[in-house]
Amino acid sequence: MSHQSELIAEDILAYLEQHEKKELLRFITCGSVDDGKSTLIGRLLYDSKMLYEDQLSQLESESKTHGTVGGAFDPALVTDGLRAEREQGITIDVAYRYFSTAKRKFIIADTPGHEQYTRNMVTGASTADLAIILIDARQGVLTQTKRHSFIVSLLGIRHVVVTINKMDLVGFSQKRFDEICEDYRAFASRLELPDVHFIPIAALHGDNLVDASPNMPWYKGSTLMNMLESVYIGSDRNLVDFRLPVQYVNRPNLDFRGFCGTLSSGVVRTGEEVMILPSKRTSRVKRIVTFDGDQSEAFAPQSVTLVLEDEVDCSRGDMIVKPGNVPKLQNSFDATVVWMNADAMIPGKTYLFKHTSQTVSGQIDSLRYRVDVNTLRSSPAPDLQLNEIGRCSITLSQPIFFDSYARNRSTGSFIIIDRITNATVGAGMISDRDSAKSTVAAWETNDKTSSDSASSVSSVTSEERVARFGQSPATVLFAGLTGSGKTTIANAVERKLFDSGRAVAVIDGEMMRRGVNRDLGFTVEERSENLRRSAHIAKIINDNGLICLAAFNAPNQTVRDRVADLIGKDRFFVVHCVADEKTRKERDEKGHYAKAEAGELPNFPGVTAIYEDPTSPDLVLDTSKKSIAECVEEVVEMLKAKKVVK
Amino acid sequence: MSSYQLTHLKQLESESIHIIREVAAEFKNPVMLYSVGKDSAVMTHLALKAFYPDKPPFPFLHVDTTWKFREMIAFRDNYVKNELGIELLVHINHEGLKLNISPFENSEKHTEVMKTDSLKMALNKYGFDAAFGGARRDEEKSRAKERVFSFRDKFHRWDPKNQRPELWNLYNAKVNPGESIRVFPLSNWTELDVWQYIYLENIPLPDLYFAKPRKCVNRNGIWLQVNDDRMTINPGEVVEDKMIRFRTLGCYPLTGGVESTASTLPEIIQEMLLTKTSERQGRVIDKDGGGAGMELKKIQGYF
Repeated sequence: MSHQSELIAEDILAYLEQHEKKELLRFITCGSVDDGKSTLIGRLLYDSKMLYEDQLSQLESESKTHGTVGGAFDPALVTDGLRAEREQGITIDVAYRYFSTAKRKFIIADTPGHEQYTRNMVTGASTADLAIILIDARQGVLTQTKRHSFIVSLLGIRHVVVTINKMDLVGFSQKRFDEICEDYRAFASRLELPDVHFIPIAALHGDNLVDASPNMPWYKGSTLMNMLESVYIGSDRNLVDFRLPVQYVNRPNLDFRGFCGTLSSGVVRTGEEVMILPSKRTSRVKRIVTFDGDQSEAFAPQSVTLVLEDEVDCSRGDMIVKPGNVPKLQNSFDATVVWMNADAMIPGKTYLFKHTSQTVSGQIDSLRYRVDVNTLRSSPAPDLQLNEIGRCSITLSQPIFFDSYARNRSTGSFIIIDRITNATVGAGMISDRDSAKSTVAAWETNDKTSSDSASSVSSVTSEERVARFGQSPATVLFAGLTGSGKTTIANAVERKLFDSGRAVAVIDGEMMRRGVNRDLGFTVEERSENLRRSAHIAKIINDNGLICLAAFNAPNQTVRDRVADLIGKDRFFVVHCVADEKTRKERDEKGHYAKAEAGELPNFPGVTAIYEDPTSPDLVLDTSKKSIAECVEEVVEMLKAKKVVK
Repeated sequence: MSSYQLTHLKQLESESIHIIREVAAEFKNPVMLYSVGKDSAVMTHLALKAFYPDKPPFPFLHVDTTWKFREMIAFRDNYVKNELGIELLVHINHEGLKLNISPFENSEKHTEVMKTDSLKMALNKYGFDAAFGGARRDEEKSRAKERVFSFRDKFHRWDPKNQRPELWNLYNAKVNPGESIRVFPLSNWTELDVWQYIYLENIPLPDLYFAKPRKCVNRNGIWLQVNDDRMTINPGEVVEDKMIRFRTLGCYPLTGGVESTASTLPEIIQEMLLTKTSERQGRVIDKDGGGAGMELKKIQGYF
């Protein structure tokens, strides 16, 4: 059952000593049954003599009943586990296989290549150091090749071996091999794949798997087995950032208090200063305790028990780090989420998030975009269905300590658990860019003092401005659905006020989006941010003595309330513009309604998103029943009543 | 400056300790299922390491079918209970005993009643929400896709079609009352890993694994040990003194020995590496129900 039967027979102690020093390599195989994936794995196990005779004879008998190669020995059956799958002739879940050579122990995550099983591939890829991507030499780079490569790069697997299989069926052609390599490189340049190798193989016959193929003398590179044994993975781990998520507190008696956990990354030594998060208390490492005796240092991924110099408070879910190198401590972040459940991901629903050793509740605030795993294009979407991948912004009920997934696979990953069914419904990788997040969080950080101070820089008082302009500045928000006549009425009111000598300015949503807010999209959060920035501009206009007429969709009451707070409730008025559906659609020159109804415009208020009517508008104008002049008259009357103008 | 590399066994050890600690931290009432075999020995050793200098903060449970090798029971009591001082629960299905099922005549029924049913009864009796088992994925095909945290419904059933995805080292420990998780900390270990670890760590094992002359009879090509006076001797069978050892331990009427001279760990490993049949070959129960026999048993609640 192993390569070196001679050494085993002659000097077992030497063999054991040699095998004590093996490394562990985990890899995933990506491809479909048609690409010969199961055959490849079966061959690796068979050729590395990891199959026993009884297993082999069972396989041979099964080859006759279930085999796909006409009763001949079918290596694919080695990896085919469950009864139902065997009957369907495909593998449907993640299965793990083991084999070893003198140099390494290997764990294969065998996952199906079929489209609907992204979930399984992501699961298998999450722990893999290396990925084997199978391409059928006759087919070349297919959509599924791109999909597999994308997931491999998404999950941060650094080493990729592209095996071009069934070379026997293309006459062992070097030209064909080169073509496929070229195609693959062209496409993969868009992905984060730092280390890619290509090997031409014929898995069914064993060419270039363990031994170099006599059929392809033009290929001078490593065989697959040789590659698996020699790829250097030592530098893949993060040994820079010390992170110890506290898993368990060990208190056998009053004299001992140990903090148990597995180092996610980095190195720690006795005597070093450490910091406990979230309390930020510092202490020093007194002992690194293990069953085999105290250690002077510990490194990832060792599981150890730390004893600290001081009596500091620390429990499961806390993290021990070094004072000069701390992870982010935030309750909101951006992440790429893979959805793994038949019930779609719903933004706003409360889920549990398990991250390192803590589980906290939280929600996915919004889905920024969904990534099509076939085309790698991102597009807006209302939800994530099973096997879909998207970029989400997430807010948790309490802060967690994290690094980006790209920097730290262990402190940058989390799973999502349904609170009711307890199912694992999704998995996420935390993004290193949270710039978009910081803009949407801007409402939260915008405290009153900082915004109020803006007016104090001026040398002109507001009383002077009131006297000069003969008006009391205010903002009128014309809110309503697309086609409700907001901008038309605002412009008409502007003309009327201007002609009567008032100083007035108009801003509208489209104008804002062309300029100041051109970086924003149309999610709930981005609409909120659009209005926040616009409110600041309205406030500046008011602070300078002018009346501001603001025409915005403004679909959300909470956001409108925040605008009122920012500008000042006594000088903020809401005019709700309404019109019947027919009229709104007639006015919609850009065809937004048609697009939204066709599902092309997610987050479109009134069709694909909720429009919350203003709860207590100062005025409601039905623009489909009243003329523009009548509407203007009503607005001006309202402004007089509010003592904005005389 | 060391290179900060872990050997494969040290990495497996660390991952298993992580799993064991995770269970102790997340569950209210976990238990370690202890079967006295070599996998249980490794699991016990890992549990000692995980909580050192404390003892494991959960009890061990042995489901005793009353047909185990006598040496197994002695080892269990001397080592786990007395030497290690671990809280040991022993469960026997006394209802099942009344049925008087002979493992010689009806091995399948015996296993179902005295092992599978008995285990379920014990789990229900104590209300355990997590149970460690020593199963490995390399043992048998249906186990290759078993999760480390394997969900069981309130009837202790496993649904191979509806398993929770398991990513990174983030294990979902959430269960509703009555449901439970079977935890397999040795999932990624192979038979060779287990033996090599036992050798390196000097882990005590029952004597049965080592070859010595034992009284046995050859039945259907398998050597069965005459372990006590309940052993039936069929007409034509001869009790012989043979150098045999056992590659797996279980109920003695259902566990075949192999002829061997291996009396030290390196010799056992040598023999294992040179042999041409897998360890479960000596077990009678795997062959019940054809190729997918074990899968059916697992769905029913067999470990």
